[in-house]
Amino acid sequence: MKINKFYVVMLLLALVAPFVLYPVFLAKLLCFALFACAFNLMLGYVGLLSFGHAAFLGTGGYITGWLMMNSGLTPEIAILLGTAAAGVLGAIYGKLSVKREGIYFAMVTLALSQLVFFIYLQAPFTGGEDGMQGVPRGNLFGLIDLSDNLNMYYFVLAIFLFGFWLIHRTIHSPFGQVLKAIRENEPRAVSLGYNVNDYKWVAFTISAALAGLAGSTKTLVFQLASLTDVHWHMSGEVVLMTLVGGVGTIFGPVVGAGVIVTMQNYLSGGELGNYIHIIMGFIFVVCVLAFRSGIVGEFQKVWKRNFG
Amino acid sequence: MKMMKKTLLAASVAAFASTGAMAEISDGKVKIGVLADMGGVYADICGQGCVTATQMAVEDFGGTVLGAPIEIVSADDQLKPDVGSAIVRKWVENEQVDAVGGMVSSAVTGAATKVTTDAKKIALISTSASNAFTTKQCSPYNVHWTYNVVALAKGTVKPMVEAGKKKWFFITADYAFGHALEGVATKVIEENGGEVVGAARAPLGTTDFSSYILQAQSSGADVVALANAGNDTVNSLKAASEFGLTQMMDVAGLLVFTPNAQAMDPNVAGGMRTTTGFYWDLDEKTREWSKRFMERHGSIPAMGHAGAYSMTMHYLKAIEAAGTDDSDAVIRKMKEMKPDDFFSRNATLRNDGRMVHDMYYVEIKKPDERRDDNDIFKVVSTIPGDQAYAPMLPECDFK
Repeated sequence: MKINKFYVVMLLLALVAPFVLYPVFLAKLLCFALFACAFNLMLGYVGLLSFGHAAFLGTGGYITGWLMMNSGLTPEIAILLGTAAAGVLGAIYGKLSVKREGIYFAMVTLALSQLVFFIYLQAPFTGGEDGMQGVPRGNLFGLIDLSDNLNMYYFVLAIFLFGFWLIHRTIHSPFGQVLKAIRENEPRAVSLGYNVNDYKWVAFTISAALAGLAGSTKTLVFQLASLTDVHWHMSGEVVLMTLVGGVGTIFGPVVGAGVIVTMQNYLSGGELGNYIHIIMGFIFVVCVLAFRSGIVGEFQKVWKRNFG
Repeated sequence: MKMMKKTLLAASVAAFASTGAMAEISDGKVKIGVLADMGGVYADICGQGCVTATQMAVEDFGGTVLGAPIEIVSADDQLKPDVGSAIVRKWVENEQVDAVGGMVSSAVTGAATKVTTDAKKIALISTSASNAFTTKQCSPYNVHWTYNVVALAKGTVKPMVEAGKKKWFFITADYAFGHALEGVATKVIEENGGEVVGAARAPLGTTDFSSYILQAQSSGADVVALANAGNDTVNSLKAASEFGLTQMMDVAGLLVFTPNAQAMDPNVAGGMRTTTGFYWDLDEKTREWSKRFMERHGSIPAMGHAGAYSMTMHYLKAIEAAGTDDSDAVIRKMKEMKPDDFFSRNATLRNDGRMVHDMYYVEIKKPDERRDDNDIFKVVSTIPGDQAYAPMLPECDFK
């Protein structure tokens, strides 16, 4: 019951936030929060560190952008197709990579995502270094004008809530329990008769599709898809977000994305703009050394110790 | 009735000089955003220097316009279109920025001007080279000041083709600017009876140009054209000289900014000819401004710096003349008024937003010709504006 109240308060805050803060900033935050949540599904619940999630973010973004510019589809269809494209790519990459574990899994995903990066760098439809510029936001269902920032924000919020719900649902389903079992002790899961690789593969595909959903939405918000989204820096950034927020907690990635995106937003314009990477690196080091379970993880521990 | 309103307004202006006039200025201030590359390969040609130049224009103008204070904000676009356009979006939507100046990388400018156009804010482009902002992507709110790829290609390439250098090879920066420059230069070469035998596309910020130089070497060209800018030009020329390319064929730097020319080995770069929109040592007026800039910034101005000053000044003058900072009124005034200062010679701002002014065909001085480190170019000829730039496209004729 308590947790339900918490969700309601969060939702109310999210609903009134754009009247206080800049809606585009909030929308960006939600996109990255969704991206980090999708990533956390792999790292936090299956225990696999994917170092190539930028490929799915970027694929979703580019496909949606291209469809918006060339096909005349409405934004929700373009987003669905962008998400589907990322899901298909995720299914292929998942098939190739889940056979490996640990550092080898990370390296395979990194290599595959670099492959995609160079394809997007050279493919004429992406605009290369210029990025895909001037993507129209269009009208949602052909009715609601998304060029209005408030409308856009609520649309992004709806997408985020859907993605968040889906991840929540996945984790708390029998399927999610099997994933956790794999994370805790893979040989035991195998001995219980589960086809571990298939479970990993499905989880990877869901994660990739949701990352693609985040990328598709982000392209609409900024009306731009660019190489930044497919660059390996982005794959690293999402690791950072998840670790800072708290790996394996449902709210951790949201908090982590909030911290990182807010820092980027406020530091980039100010005096400290040139030091942003140093500051983020410092935070990362402190996180790894001092509180390994991240902001939300540590908070939960303290809560449990004192009130639980 | 109207008469009375005017009298009333005049009276109130007289009585409360500042507050009365500020009513015409949105948010009680004029805010200029300067978007530049603070730490990348273009930092020398439009980084902090563009902010300083804009600052100087504001100070020389008096710090206020129509009684309202003039503010400057600046940001680092990191040469990334997504970063740049997000900053500009924040500025115009959330931070009451009235005009965006600076602007280096054409890729960033392309993304940023889409945002300014949507928000009906003026984009003052100082250092970007692509001609797209006044052609393919033209907008009633774009103002492109210092130079563009057409002027570079006509200025530098044409005389060389006419002098018998018929076969060309390009080493091109692989993004909007490089593609535009290569495209325009190719047209100039072919129109004058030359041919392009090949091109190599190098990513922005490449440090090792050896593979591209080897391609150029085996191409059998008369001229290797460097369709890049900033440190890329410096690095590619260095590689060209290390591989002995400079002895085998001519190397033409299509876009050489003074800070980059300074960084080149004068033994290699000496004698190379290029086109520029400004040189600090032209006459008394340019020297006077450049001296002040040098005191503030520590090095001689590149053409984009001078352009940033000149266009900011013109923008502020137009606000004063229009009596408002409303973008439509200001841009109309900017196009009516003739820009005329140390930078803009025989200049007009056309309806498409292209500022047409005299360009200079210059030669990089050889070591024995230089009196000091800042003595870099000698002017070979002045190219009148109407010969340097392409005519206005009818679809970009914004009245």
